[in-house]
Amino acid sequence: MEAFLAQVLSGLATGGIYASVALALVMIHQATHLVNFAQGEMAMFSTYIAWSLLNAGMPYWAAFFLTVAISFAGGMLIERLVIRPVEKGSVLSVVVVFIGLLVILNAVAGWIYSYTVKPFPSPFPAEPLFGAYVSSHGVGAIAVTLVVVLLLWAFFRFTPLGLAMRAAAQNPVSARLVGIRVGWMKALGWGLAAAIGAIAGMMVAPVVYLDPNMMAGILLYAFAAALLGGIDSPVGAVVGGFIVGVLENLVGTYLIGNELKLTVALVLIVGVLIVKPSGLFGSTTVERV
Amino acid sequence: MKARSIAIAILLVAACVLPFVVSNFRVFQFTMVLVYAIVLLGLNMLTGYNGQISLGHGAFYAIGAYTAAILMDRFGAPYWLTVPVSALVCLVAGFLFGLPALRLEKVYLALATFALGVALPQILKSKGLEHWTGGVQGIVITKPDAPFGIPLSADQWLYFFTLAVTVAMFVLAVNLLRGRIGLAMVAIRDHPLAASAMGIDIAMYKSLTFGVSAMYTGVGGALGAIAVQFVAPDSFTAFLSIAFLVGIVVGGLATIEGALFGALFIQFVPNVADQVSKAAPWAIYGIVLIAFMYLMPGGVSGVIRQAWRRKNV
Repeated sequence: MEAFLAQVLSGLATGGIYASVALALVMIHQATHLVNFAQGEMAMFSTYIAWSLLNAGMPYWAAFFLTVAISFAGGMLIERLVIRPVEKGSVLSVVVVFIGLLVILNAVAGWIYSYTVKPFPSPFPAEPLFGAYVSSHGVGAIAVTLVVVLLLWAFFRFTPLGLAMRAAAQNPVSARLVGIRVGWMKALGWGLAAAIGAIAGMMVAPVVYLDPNMMAGILLYAFAAALLGGIDSPVGAVVGGFIVGVLENLVGTYLIGNELKLTVALVLIVGVLIVKPSGLFGSTTVERV
Repeated sequence: MKARSIAIAILLVAACVLPFVVSNFRVFQFTMVLVYAIVLLGLNMLTGYNGQISLGHGAFYAIGAYTAAILMDRFGAPYWLTVPVSALVCLVAGFLFGLPALRLEKVYLALATFALGVALPQILKSKGLEHWTGGVQGIVITKPDAPFGIPLSADQWLYFFTLAVTVAMFVLAVNLLRGRIGLAMVAIRDHPLAASAMGIDIAMYKSLTFGVSAMYTGVGGALGAIAVQFVAPDSFTAFLSIAFLVGIVVGGLATIEGALFGALFIQFVPNVADQVSKAAPWAIYGIVLIAFMYLMPGGVSGVIRQAWRRKNV
């Protein structure tokens, strides 16, 4: 029983990480109706920026917020420069541009920082909580994720800018008619997603260590989480993240062993898409003929 | 029409002369180009003609490759027999995966197939299959020599064998896509509702297309395994699947000749990128890729077709 509890708790901690990456995916999907395959690499790159700032002697939280700000600007820049020209093209050309972006970010990170694995500090104390069941970093990561969700929810619910962003995503034509600059709202969505990704990356890095390929597996689980919760629901993404984290740990420990963990994500993705394509919290879309 | 026949004839003659004028290593590289061309043709049926995005065709390539390797290594089967067997295995595998994938639209299908591509190397490594797959070590197979004492090196012989299979697969694809089935596939892509109103069984056609597409990929996989003489789980990473998708988009969606251009891109652009910048070759690859999307959204075939039309107006 104790071992079971420990697995659940550590699953929740990794789930928090999946949740934050899934949240970033949902953000971009909400703003642009695209699923960003380069999200993981963007988060990885942001984490390297944080690492550079920390190495330059900056205190942790200063580096944290500066990284978030830089990532926000970087995300907007990517949308303006790279994504915008192909936006009107077919889904496939957009997907290929995402892939190009992924490859470039990965290669540039490896080029600048080399492929050697680097440790990344955690802002939380080293002693474990709850009698050694779960690290304080895990709890801290969950707390950070929850704070981010709360802030996002408040932003979309209560600010005029959040309302404008929702309008631009839901009905671009009408939004433009009432004077919302739809293009900039999309860029803003990308900026937000990059910023959330940066937070996720900085929370992941102390656990999996920093290297250019650190997000590959995590991105897949985040996809699974986002789909499970519903790709258009931020709350769903977080709940989905926690469920996937716990499920991954339990199935890995008790059913099939760690070597097939990625298969869990595959089965989950296909299963959700077949049984309930809109996810647990997502809204069903009705297409007009 | 006449110009096209001449172009095909020149291409075939060039393909036959090629192995006698370049080194054995280059012959091997061009064999891989042919292998990729078969794969891309299959993927293009699914994605280009039928509108279903797959980011997991590396998995079917791996299944084809492993089928060939296991047949040759464990059962001592002759190499030429592995091609039809791999084709059959992948046809069934693709059809079965295509059934649940029917309900998935666009990006979701891309995600589900992507997960398949990522998960398969792990499945191949798993303990339960180790007896057959050789686990992480993979399986080593030997390249066949030319039969009947034909004076060709093993590389040259395999090149001609692959060329023959490629030509057969292209002829098959042309007939398939130009006929009723091809029209039905395109109709489903362009307007599913109208297609079903015309009496097209959408579910049947979609899963069948998935199966045929996987079959092509499996044939490519089997030939690729024989050419490389080695299969291991880590040669079939998610990146392979991504490279295939990149290949059809660069070559030109829903075109038959696009498969050749895409295959050349997959085989040679990474090498060229490596020569441009030793430090970050993949960054160059990514930039080339994005530049392609900006400059030729219709792929290489799109550009050629446009130039052709302009000349004839």
